[in-house]
Amino acid sequence: MASAKIVPVRTYILTFIALLVLLGVTTGVAYIHLGIGNTVIALVIAFVKMLLVLLFFMHLFYDKGIKRLAFAVGLLWLAILIVLSSADVFTRHWTPVPRGWGPDISLQQGPK
Amino acid sequence: MSVAVAELATRSRVHYLNESYGVKSWLLTTDHKRIAILYMVSITFMFLVGACAAALMRIQLLEPAGAIVQPETYNKLFSIHGIIMVWFFLIPSIPAVLGNFLIPMMIGARDVAFPKLNLLSWYIYIIGACFILYTLIYGGVDTGWTFYTPYSSTYSNSHVFGAAAGVFIVGFSSILTGLNFIVTVHKMRAPGMTWFRLPLFIWSLYATSIVLVLATPVLAITLSLMAMERFLHIGIFNPAIGGDPLLFQHLFWFYSHPAVYIMVLPAMGVISELVAAYSRRRVYGYAFVAFSSFAIALIAFLVWGHHMFVSGQSVYAGMVFSALSFLVAIPSGIKVFNWTATLYKGSNSYDAPMLYALGFLGLFTMGGLTGLFLASLSIDVHLHDTYFVIAHFHYIMVGGSVMAYMGGLHYWWPKMTGRLYPDKWARFAAFTIFIGFNLTFFPQYILGYLGMLRRYAVYPAQFQALNVLSSAGASILGVGYFIPLVYLIWSMRYGREAGPNPWRAKGLEWETASPPPRENFEETPIVTEEAYAYPTRPRAVRV
Amino acid sequence: MSESAITQAGRPILEEHFETLPAQEEARKLGMWVFLITEILFFGGLFATYTVYRELYLPGFTQGSHFIEVKWGAINTAVLIVSSLTMALAIRSVQVGKRKGTTLGLLGITMLLGVVFLCIKFILEWRVDYLHHHVPGINFDYAGPHAAHVKLFFLFYFYMTGLHAIHVIVGIGILLALSYLTWRGRFSPKYYSPIEVAGLYWHFVDIIWIFLFPLLYLIGGR
Repeated sequence: MASAKIVPVRTYILTFIALLVLLGVTTGVAYIHLGIGNTVIALVIAFVKMLLVLLFFMHLFYDKGIKRLAFAVGLLWLAILIVLSSADVFTRHWTPVPRGWGPDISLQQGPK
Repeated sequence: MSVAVAELATRSRVHYLNESYGVKSWLLTTDHKRIAILYMVSITFMFLVGACAAALMRIQLLEPAGAIVQPETYNKLFSIHGIIMVWFFLIPSIPAVLGNFLIPMMIGARDVAFPKLNLLSWYIYIIGACFILYTLIYGGVDTGWTFYTPYSSTYSNSHVFGAAAGVFIVGFSSILTGLNFIVTVHKMRAPGMTWFRLPLFIWSLYATSIVLVLATPVLAITLSLMAMERFLHIGIFNPAIGGDPLLFQHLFWFYSHPAVYIMVLPAMGVISELVAAYSRRRVYGYAFVAFSSFAIALIAFLVWGHHMFVSGQSVYAGMVFSALSFLVAIPSGIKVFNWTATLYKGSNSYDAPMLYALGFLGLFTMGGLTGLFLASLSIDVHLHDTYFVIAHFHYIMVGGSVMAYMGGLHYWWPKMTGRLYPDKWARFAAFTIFIGFNLTFFPQYILGYLGMLRRYAVYPAQFQALNVLSSAGASILGVGYFIPLVYLIWSMRYGREAGPNPWRAKGLEWETASPPPRENFEETPIVTEEAYAYPTRPRAVRV
Repeated sequence: MSESAITQAGRPILEEHFETLPAQEEARKLGMWVFLITEILFFGGLFATYTVYRELYLPGFTQGSHFIEVKWGAINTAVLIVSSLTMALAIRSVQVGKRKGTTLGLLGITMLLGVVFLCIKFILEWRVDYLHHHVPGINFDYAGPHAAHVKLFFLFYFYMTGLHAIHVIVGIGILLALSYLTWRGRFSPKYYSPIEVAGLYWHFVDIIWIFLFPLLYLIGGR
């Protein structure tokens, strides 16, 4: 069909090589201790790999408009789910529970 | 031309209802109109099951000590009532019945984008319903429709697996319906049918479909985690072993709060159509009404934490969720304002569908405004889990969605069956439903404010008068729903011929015959005018 | 309406409710994209739960992660990336009208790599985990530090990789059916949307794994 663009083999091969290189990098970096940096780098690399697959293997580089928007919406909604759930879980201990209301970690940890 | 001749003419015409006969021609159909009818029959049946549970609950609450059933049975009654009414009636009601029937016709298409998928989604619905009915027959489930952990995952001795499986399965039916509608609206519009010529019903169902597609998968995965926890006892949601039960609530409400908008957005679409048709005017502020549907769809996903203000959620998250919850009022308010503005100085006529639409406007507004009470952190502490909440969401779901569904059903019934129902009876039923509904649920606002908690089989004696009032209202409401069931079925055989456009309404669906032919239109329509292009009334000439 | 008469291998390829073939192809592609969004959110529920628990119980999750072998995770990632390449090339080979054999060969390699992935997953990883008593609910025995949290980690490990494996199996099934249709001569440069849509699905399953690999195998460094 005329509507779909035919992508040159070269593009596919280059994408493939880039993916393999990134796989090597992410595996290698995991053996260097960077603390929180490990997680950040791993996720950034995963994100870049995803973009490569999306843009070239799945043709989003050529298919503009609604399909790009659709996938972006999916990711945004996933972000909403994760951020707002975490917003509760990780701020729960900010409020100290009054003494005598049960076992409380924040009071034991933070002496006044 | 005499009536008999006209009747003969329609009889001989081939349309979607008489093009083929037999069970097989229905069960294997890929015609979106027939699938809509299949859905209508199925959800009506499920509605009756859910209504029976409600009736038993209202009888139980006639007496403070409980009139008929044990508390355990009562728990199962409200659980099955919630599960059936939410997932097996309200969510498929307007989208799967009216939406399936109308979306292709309103945009000038021959069918939805994926007709086989459409039929599959009905079968998935039926499989889910079978699980629920199985659960019901073999002893029921007592977790409430919310399946809160760790009760559902660890302690409940009822058929949690069966019920959760039913809900899990029916979720895929919603997903497929939503997917189908999104692609249909994007890719199947007739030539000339631009986005801003779409009827508002299409806009709101499009927004609904987006919510369906984005929210339902999370429910599926959450229920599967709950079931796994129940099966393996690993502690995903069990605080005793490091799990966090609130996380279940987050995931659950990430779906179930938007689910409220899955139920009410299509209703808003129906109301836009009804208001325009019976005031003979273009809906005031078309673009605002269209985009407010999207605003609601977006905000729907940002407010779920207001169900968890007293669950032990972080106060800071609570504040954010509370503030965001107020935002929903803005697009909802825009819609109500614009409908009212459309009615103002319109050439209004008060046929039965219009009565339902007016009922919707009042009841939805009340339901929405009481929602603001509940979105306020401090007030919610007092009202949480009381009958105030019950009254609030029944005003939205029954006063809003069911009213709109009934209104839409009456409005498009002549299109679906080619017959008119008796208008007097229809108006009488609309009034009966309105009165019965208010009598049932208004007392519950007061009960809740006074502190009567939901989900109890017994209650303090001072609440009896209001409870009896509510039960009395419920019986009137039941009669109100029964009357249309009778005359609508009656009309299919004995009703007057409707003709293509009995309401003289605008819209592509009224330009084809009633009932429509299999391919909807004799030839693909070409759209040249905006939606609701009613002739403007000549202004009074001042001399 | 001359286009509705187009048939391939004896069957009409334009469904009657579409006006033109490009319209039908576009609808199918968009349908798949929308389906993929639902998949994002389907796995998303797990990702969200995982994120929260990983953050709450980082030591336990790191401990658990050290029981599974990076080697196999990395090899499996590579296997899936290669299969994505062959999938993309298979679609291209139909697009440009290469011989049936070429397309079939590429589809075959893709499926084979899917099977290799599953073999590594089930035989070299899950079986070993089972032998080491790391399967929560079925065979779990670990008494070291953070035992409860390690158990939670393994639950997510099995659930997420299991759900992903189901998707791979479904993908192989779809490709098998499409190989049959290719063999029957159903596809041509004029009509290949089923293969293209299946390709989208296959690549998406690859993307899920691209995230599962660092999240499960590479926590907090090794």
